[in-house]
Amino acid sequence: MTDLRELYEEVILDHNRNPRNYPKIPLGHNCEAHGFNPLCGDEFRIYLTVEDGIIQDAGFEGAGCAISTASASLMTEALKGMEVGRAEALFAEVHRLLTEEEQAGEPSEMLGKLTVLTGVKEYPMRVKCATLAWHTMHAALHQREKTICTE
Amino acid sequence: MIVPNYLMHSDAARHEFDAYRVRRDFPILNQTVHGHPLVYLDNGATSQKPQCVIDAVNDYYCWNNANVHRGVHTLSERATHAYEQAREVVGRFINASHHHEIIFVRGTTEAINLVAQSYARPRLRPGDEILITEMEHHSNIVPWQIVCQQTGARLRVVPINDAGELQLDKYAELLGSRTRLVGVVHLSNSLGTINPVREIIDAAHARGIPVLVDGAQAVPHIPVDVQALGCDFYAFSGHKIYGPTGIGILYGKPDLLEAMEPYQGGGEMIRRVTFEESLYNVVPYKFEAGTPNIAGAIGLGTALEYLAQFGLEAVGEYEDALLARATEAVSDISGLRIIGTAAQKGGILSFVMDGVHPHDIGTILDTEGVAIRAGHHCTMPLMTRYGIPGTARASFAIYNTKEDVDALIRGIEKAREVFDR
Ligand SMILES: Cc1ncc(COP(=O)(O)O)c(C=O)c1O
Repeated sequence: MTDLRELYEEVILDHNRNPRNYPKIPLGHNCEAHGFNPLCGDEFRIYLTVEDGIIQDAGFEGAGCAISTASASLMTEALKGMEVGRAEALFAEVHRLLTEEEQAGEPSEMLGKLTVLTGVKEYPMRVKCATLAWHTMHAALHQREKTICTE
Repeated sequence: MIVPNYLMHSDAARHEFDAYRVRRDFPILNQTVHGHPLVYLDNGATSQKPQCVIDAVNDYYCWNNANVHRGVHTLSERATHAYEQAREVVGRFINASHHHEIIFVRGTTEAINLVAQSYARPRLRPGDEILITEMEHHSNIVPWQIVCQQTGARLRVVPINDAGELQLDKYAELLGSRTRLVGVVHLSNSLGTINPVREIIDAAHARGIPVLVDGAQAVPHIPVDVQALGCDFYAFSGHKIYGPTGIGILYGKPDLLEAMEPYQGGGEMIRRVTFEESLYNVVPYKFEAGTPNIAGAIGLGTALEYLAQFGLEAVGEYEDALLARATEAVSDISGLRIIGTAAQKGGILSFVMDGVHPHDIGTILDTEGVAIRAGHHCTMPLMTRYGIPGTARASFAIYNTKEDVDALIRGIEKAREVFDR
């Protein structure tokens, strides 16, 4: 039987119960985007303050399931102080972690705490919950106006 | 057509509803999911199919497949006969006065779009109103929004109270001189509310306004008699009533159907075609352009005969008992709130839980082999009304048992545990 505890890790439950950088609109934010998953109604707005190519601050608002909320919370923590290019690379790593059948070797070191999301891979229906915040962050960095859907 | 042998002892079955026996007719139920026996409680989304329906579709393709109404050969004659017989079964099932009032469509959604485009669109003037309710499925909202955009008409909405019942006094106020049509769901897929459609229809008819009833969730659970209701249109889907997907029904009163424009143009729906003009076929063929879903229609006919053997009163009573058992059991679970507590309810239990998102409840139940639905159930405005993103919903069918309800409750308790740890 699939172990629920791998999906609902302690860290995920904690970030769901007490999301970091939430609800928060960072002072002087200059990037934002809206993410929406019409299937389950998860909906977030992600805000970033980017200066000299570095994400100085990050915050989010909205509501979603435990997986999408924890993922957004963990993401905002990870992004703070990160170069924009590195944030994009991190998004690619998270995406790989969640979607690739066989992970070649150990998960990338840059993932750090985000490896708690590994369990989501066993629940294909939930992958889009975990990636919603990340797609939205990506859109915010590219200053896309449109609502991002993970459908 | 082969007469299924259950018809022979239908009277015996009527006396005592035996879900354990019914279960044996549904091969799909005989499996495990994540190591647990499958408990299928997502019947509101789609129901499972009994062996006789699977066989009817299979037999059609194995023995009788041909196009309908256009061949002179034996198979075409058989296919046409089976297709038209299915129409008669549907007509009897909802007590239409004639089977020509039965139009085969793809499902509830297409039925409502057909009425919106063929009935409403040519009749609507700017400022006219379509009246629906706050608990409608998107398929009874969006087709009206489209026709409103096309014509300059306005969509008006009857509000509900916190229990999920229509505010009938508001309905009476909203029925006005500009109201051209009323659209109302018979049994709400998100709340389980059974609306007093007879009363709603009478009030509309007193002002000469026709009424469309969305019966997608009602037909599998309660007896429906379109003549007794007096509704002008009644829509439902085959797949929610133990039939195949891709087939559904629009019932319409004959005078309305006669006066309506065709929905789509093509073969089947015409009498004679020249490049200058076409003479349309009679009702219902006027609304069935192109080769129809023949196997689907036959499967649906078989499904309705299968369900009818139990008697819809008995079915409704049985499912109500399951709902009562579930409702009582969840009332002991801390932080759980039922969405939809109408006095008149059928077969559907929608709920939210403090600190546990419906989606997470759905995943945890799935690991226990229990299939429910989590989300907005295509009723986003209703979710907005309750200020929630969605609900977890268990919906019952004839093959569910009290053991299924108990598995549901254990699953919900497990979700509580996982999130409280
Ligand atoms: C109340 C109600 N109306 C309409 C529909 C739409 O039915 P279908 O998708 O089969 O067209 C549904 C099913 O989801 C429903 O529950």
